[in-house]
Amino acid sequence: MTPDSTHAQQAPVDRRTFDLLALTTAVVLGVHSPHLPWWLSTLLAVLLAARWWQRRQHVMRVPRWIKLPLLLLLTLAVIETYGSIFGREAGAALGVGLLVLKLLETATPRDVRVGVGFACFALMSALLFGQGMMTTAVVAMGLLPALATLRALEPAQAQTGLPRSLLPILLLLAAALPLSLLAFVLVPRLSSPLWGAPSPDQARTGLSDSMSPGNFTELLTDDSPALRVSFDATPPPPDLRYFRAYVMSNYDGRRWQRAHLAGTDNTPAPLEFATSISYHVTLEPTHQRILPALDVPLQAPANAGLRSDRELFAHKSVSNPFTYTVRSALRYRLQPELDERSRQLDLRLPTGFNPRTHALAGEWRKHYRTDDPAIVRAGLTLLHDGGFSYTLTPAPLGRDAVDDFLFNTREGFCEHYASSFTVLMRSAGIPARVVTGYQGGYWNKLGNYLLVRNSDAHAWSEVWLAGRGWVRVDPTAAVRPERVTLGAAAAIGNERGWYHNDWLQGVRNHWDIVNRWWNQGVVGFDALRQRALLTPFGVRDTDTRTLGILLAISSTLCMGLGLAWALWRRQRHDVLREALRVLERKLARHGVVRRHGEGPQHYLARAARALPGQRATLAQLSTNYLHLRYAQNEPPPEPLRAFRRAVRNFRAARMVK
Amino acid sequence: MHALLQRLALWGERRLPALTRYRRTESLPIELHRRRIYLVPTAFGVGFTVLLLVMLIGALNYANNAALLLTCLLGAASAASMLVAFRNLDGLRLSQVQAEHAMAGQPVELTLSFDSVRARNAVRIDMARTRTAFAISGPDTTHVRISMPTARRGWQPVPRLRLWTTWPLGLFRAWSWLHPEQPVLVWPRAEAGGPAPHASATNAQQTRRRAGDELAALREYRVGDPQRHIAWKVSAHHEGLLVKDFAQPQSQPQWRLDWRELRGLDNESRISRLARWLGEAQAERHSYSLWLPGMELPLGSGPSHYVHCMNALAELP
Repeated sequence: MTPDSTHAQQAPVDRRTFDLLALTTAVVLGVHSPHLPWWLSTLLAVLLAARWWQRRQHVMRVPRWIKLPLLLLLTLAVIETYGSIFGREAGAALGVGLLVLKLLETATPRDVRVGVGFACFALMSALLFGQGMMTTAVVAMGLLPALATLRALEPAQAQTGLPRSLLPILLLLAAALPLSLLAFVLVPRLSSPLWGAPSPDQARTGLSDSMSPGNFTELLTDDSPALRVSFDATPPPPDLRYFRAYVMSNYDGRRWQRAHLAGTDNTPAPLEFATSISYHVTLEPTHQRILPALDVPLQAPANAGLRSDRELFAHKSVSNPFTYTVRSALRYRLQPELDERSRQLDLRLPTGFNPRTHALAGEWRKHYRTDDPAIVRAGLTLLHDGGFSYTLTPAPLGRDAVDDFLFNTREGFCEHYASSFTVLMRSAGIPARVVTGYQGGYWNKLGNYLLVRNSDAHAWSEVWLAGRGWVRVDPTAAVRPERVTLGAAAAIGNERGWYHNDWLQGVRNHWDIVNRWWNQGVVGFDALRQRALLTPFGVRDTDTRTLGILLAISSTLCMGLGLAWALWRRQRHDVLREALRVLERKLARHGVVRRHGEGPQHYLARAARALPGQRATLAQLSTNYLHLRYAQNEPPPEPLRAFRRAVRNFRAARMVK
Repeated sequence: MHALLQRLALWGERRLPALTRYRRTESLPIELHRRRIYLVPTAFGVGFTVLLLVMLIGALNYANNAALLLTCLLGAASAASMLVAFRNLDGLRLSQVQAEHAMAGQPVELTLSFDSVRARNAVRIDMARTRTAFAISGPDTTHVRISMPTARRGWQPVPRLRLWTTWPLGLFRAWSWLHPEQPVLVWPRAEAGGPAPHASATNAQQTRRRAGDELAALREYRVGDPQRHIAWKVSAHHEGLLVKDFAQPQSQPQWRLDWRELRGLDNESRISRLARWLGEAQAERHSYSLWLPGMELPLGSGPSHYVHCMNALAELP
């Protein structure tokens, strides 16, 4: 709250400006209200409306004895609700409250400008709670009254209606759109945040120790980093970058869960390998104990333990970035001998589910007899050739989820594929289990490390084959190989066929497509997508420097276009003057050039002297011109046409001097 | 403090004219073009840029692409507003400066005529300490009245005007100097009080003091007009009553104002006394003549005569 003395010099703002500012504040309040306590939103809305009404009664400023208690009350309410004034929710509540209170003392242009700046900031902060398309659209709409407020502050303008005062801003934003899109595409993304992890109260979805179809969706659109890996030697090729987290063996028809077996020993399954690689992982806080590691870790790092399925568990849950060094084998034989108890565990299926899957698996078993690898191949072939598609927004599945997926919907993402494939294998009598973790990642050349995001979360299967132990099978790769070679983003991208098939499936789906586009094109536009977009233009290296240069070039081009517009002047179209110009050009060819500052009469008289053969014509033209120019305000059309005709017909014969 | 700053600015301007983009006086019309329009961010513009940077870094830090997109949009719109600000002044033409009559010490009203082929908004003119805003709604000429303070009589240059605008968002300020070469004649200040013109100068001819007998004009009847003045015949063809208006020739005394008779005073005192007498003569509808060194204005009356006399006084060395 500023002291009143500073306001003394400035005139109070008019009603239109105040209305627009109130509208801006209302939008800010509206866009924040979903995550504010309802009573706070209501109170602030009432306060805003009261202030607006009061200002209409020409009360410029609210006395201090009302403002100060309100400020105190707001702070107390926020502390009471959230426990502090820091953090995302508390900060938003306080910010919106302060913005509404700022309106109570808004009287001068300076107040209004401060208010608008603050409102813009508050609008943007609403996007921290969700970057959905609707939220973004509302926030963008909020920019309209904000900028219109600034415009209304300018003096000496015609009074227009409220919608009319928003229109020029809309045009301004439309004109600014190309440059902003270019900047959006080209701004170098940070490979790691500059400052601390997101505020603690921000709920992050991470991998969990159970998996049911659909609960990855949020994770796959979450582009925040999950882990960063640096390798001592050369990094493994993309198709071997499988980071194992949870191994799930229990299936209840809907959900996969880790096996909680009491009394079993926790000695890690035996592992045979030839070569191994060593690497360092920095894990972002997950508030869980699981430590993802490349397929398959040899030993537990410090402060962690290795479970029987070779899952790594930290001794404490990870609430701060946690770095560990692991050695993994990429080509291995895991658990070559499977004891009967484990075998039973990994074959167990709930009874009474998925009859068609069972039937299909039975057929395969009959057909291939004991050739387990052939059955695995048959399963992959089914997924590859059976018309399956990869999508993050699959249709919901019924009770027999696997049947539904394999024979009806045929669309889904890694979870669906891993789950169904595992069930299929178990039905055929092959021990199988689901593994979740991360796959892929973005190789950061600058820092020489692999950035794995939450959106790289993945699920795949492991099947046990005699003599080879647990073999990793990625059924998603059968459907969409890009998922494995280029990463999660690539798998979702280029997915044109999906919507073409479902184009007529109703408004809901359409809307979903828009949402998906938004998620892919805007929300999920990361460094990887950036590179993919620029590669066709011959930009292979998308490091900060290249992007900076590109950004500078394109901004300059855009500003150049803008400058061309700004410098372009509409010439006042003067037919008579044009006609005289034509005459001047004709005469200039014969050496009679109009001097700077020479009047038409003088000039034409001089021309007549220089070209005696045309004296009469020139004298006539001169008289006509003067008459047309000076006798009336606007030259009458018919004589004007005659004059132009005369000029057109004018032929100056070269004089021999 | 303010005066000191102003003097410092003046000194700096003399040393380095480019510093303030100082311009010499120019003949009218003056058209603003790209080489004389300057663009600087306003204080609010700088603050807003800082805010945009904070939002940009925040959006990048939280990998929040929606916020990044809107920040880019806001930034691009701000950049576009810079061009709009420029365009708001580009091509504006000052075609005429007209000055009203004013005595030294009183502000003189200047009428500036601006031509434009397109609409202009919120253009402001700063002169000395006054600020005027105007807008042009279309291809048109707009007259802007500003008042210029005066201190002494005689020809005075129109001070340098700063034409500026922060249209549309107040983020950027486009400005240009206008320094029209158009001196304004300021009349001398009349002295506050003093003796009436000398008896010989007044030369009061005692003429007939009666209502004039020369018919001057007809006018509408007003309550209190003598009945015999009503022009009955003419009124018969007219809706209301018409009254014969008689001029009163020779009713006013003739004042012969002479510079030479004001001995014992310095030039300025003479001028201000003459100015007072001229004013009184004009107010009392006397007819008067004026003799000045190197100039003689014959007997006359009426506003234009007054203007001639005052101009002559103002132009005295």
